[in-house]
Amino acid sequence: MHEWALAEAILASAQQIATHEHLTEISEVTIRVGELQQIEPPILRFALKQMATPPIKGAKFHILKAKSNLKCRVCATTWQYNSKKLDKSTAEAIHFVPEVAHTYVKCPKCGSPDFEIVSGRGVWLEGLKGVQYK
Amino acid sequence: MIDPRTSIINERLARIRRIIAVTSGKGGVGKSMISTALALSLAKEGCRVGLFDIDFTGPSTHIILGIPKTVQPKEEKGIVPANFEGLEFMSLVYFVSGKATPLRGADVSNALIELLAVTQWGELDFLIIDMPPGIGDPVLDLVRLIKRIEFLVVTTPSMLAFEVVRKQVELLLELKMPMVGVVENMKRDNSETIKEESAKLGLRYLGAVSYDGAVEDSIGNPKKLLEVMGASLDEIKKAAVFPKGSSK
Ligand SMILES: Nc1ncnc2c1ncn2[C@@H]1O[C@H](COP(=O)(O)OP(=O)(O)OP(=O)(O)O)[C@@H](O)[C@H]1O
Ligand SMILES: [Mg+2]
Ligand SMILES: [Zn+2]
Repeated sequence: MHEWALAEAILASAQQIATHEHLTEISEVTIRVGELQQIEPPILRFALKQMATPPIKGAKFHILKAKSNLKCRVCATTWQYNSKKLDKSTAEAIHFVPEVAHTYVKCPKCGSPDFEIVSGRGVWLEGLKGVQYK
Repeated sequence: MIDPRTSIINERLARIRRIIAVTSGKGGVGKSMISTALALSLAKEGCRVGLFDIDFTGPSTHIILGIPKTVQPKEEKGIVPANFEGLEFMSLVYFVSGKATPLRGADVSNALIELLAVTQWGELDFLIIDMPPGIGDPVLDLVRLIKRIEFLVVTTPSMLAFEVVRKQVELLLELKMPMVGVVENMKRDNSETIKEESAKLGLRYLGAVSYDGAVEDSIGNPKKLLEVMGASLDEIKKAAVFPKGSSK
């Protein structure tokens, strides 16, 4: 997913939580991003800072990564996704829609595209810290 | 832990007046042809129309449109759809360079969420969604993810198609989904069976498209497709999207 679109999505979720939890000010936001999303943390952080509005404005954004582990459904081989082995346009396609990895990535042992993305896919809002309205 | 992608989806679709998924429990009944032709024909009337192909393992609408390689979506705070023949067009084909995409159910859902979260449709009168056949994940995902989704069901005159469609319609009605109605495609005679059966389900019969060899010849040629399907489309549009005699 694109960094700017993702930033917008993260801010929308944070906003929803803030409203729900009656937070007047959010000081910290922790985000975990799967490696397969190939997010550039500096771009994401910049986008978050640019678009944040109260009560998220001024929050510190922690961006954590989750390693991507793939497992072949045919021969059970497990391996790690490595974007450096792919050409630029392929890596970019996977960045936008990680599932298309099934088009380009094959099991290193048996060559099957039928693998499971065990971890390293998706984006989660792991935590919010803030001041609660009394 | 919260998946932020799903929070943004309805925001991305907020400026679209109607979101119509073209569906059928049965495969090969003409969903892709009809969704593409309907989108083109609405655009020709001056409506702002998006066409979204979510048949990820068998995308077809880009072939029906004959969209050239030079026409691509743009990266801009997300992805702005490709613009062709007055349509805003989006498909997974832009990410798979002409290769097969072998996806299982959960992957299909994730790819759909990703595309819905990232695509900047902007302001539209209609978003037409071409669905894969069946009543599994894609139908359930649209029901779950898109608040204002409506379903337009395609069948052929064959009872084999209609019996599958009937089950799908019953499911959708049970889920309280808004139903646009039924289109009978590849009609070859004057049988009223599908019309009557649709009425029994409480669905509006939107119209029929005759079986016509020229449909196949119009693949890749939007103007010809509109010529071939034009009259039937006018009938369907009148019933489906411009009801109550309004011209637009
Ligand atoms: N009215 C028609 N007359 C003649 N041929 C038609 C007509 N409508 C569709 N076809 C042909 O039927 C075939 C199937 O059409 P189409 O791909 O639109 O069906 P579909 O329901 O989208 O299939 P799938 O379930 O695989 O997505 C195509 O080859 C198309 O050219
Ligand atoms: Mg189709
Ligand atoms: Zn293997």
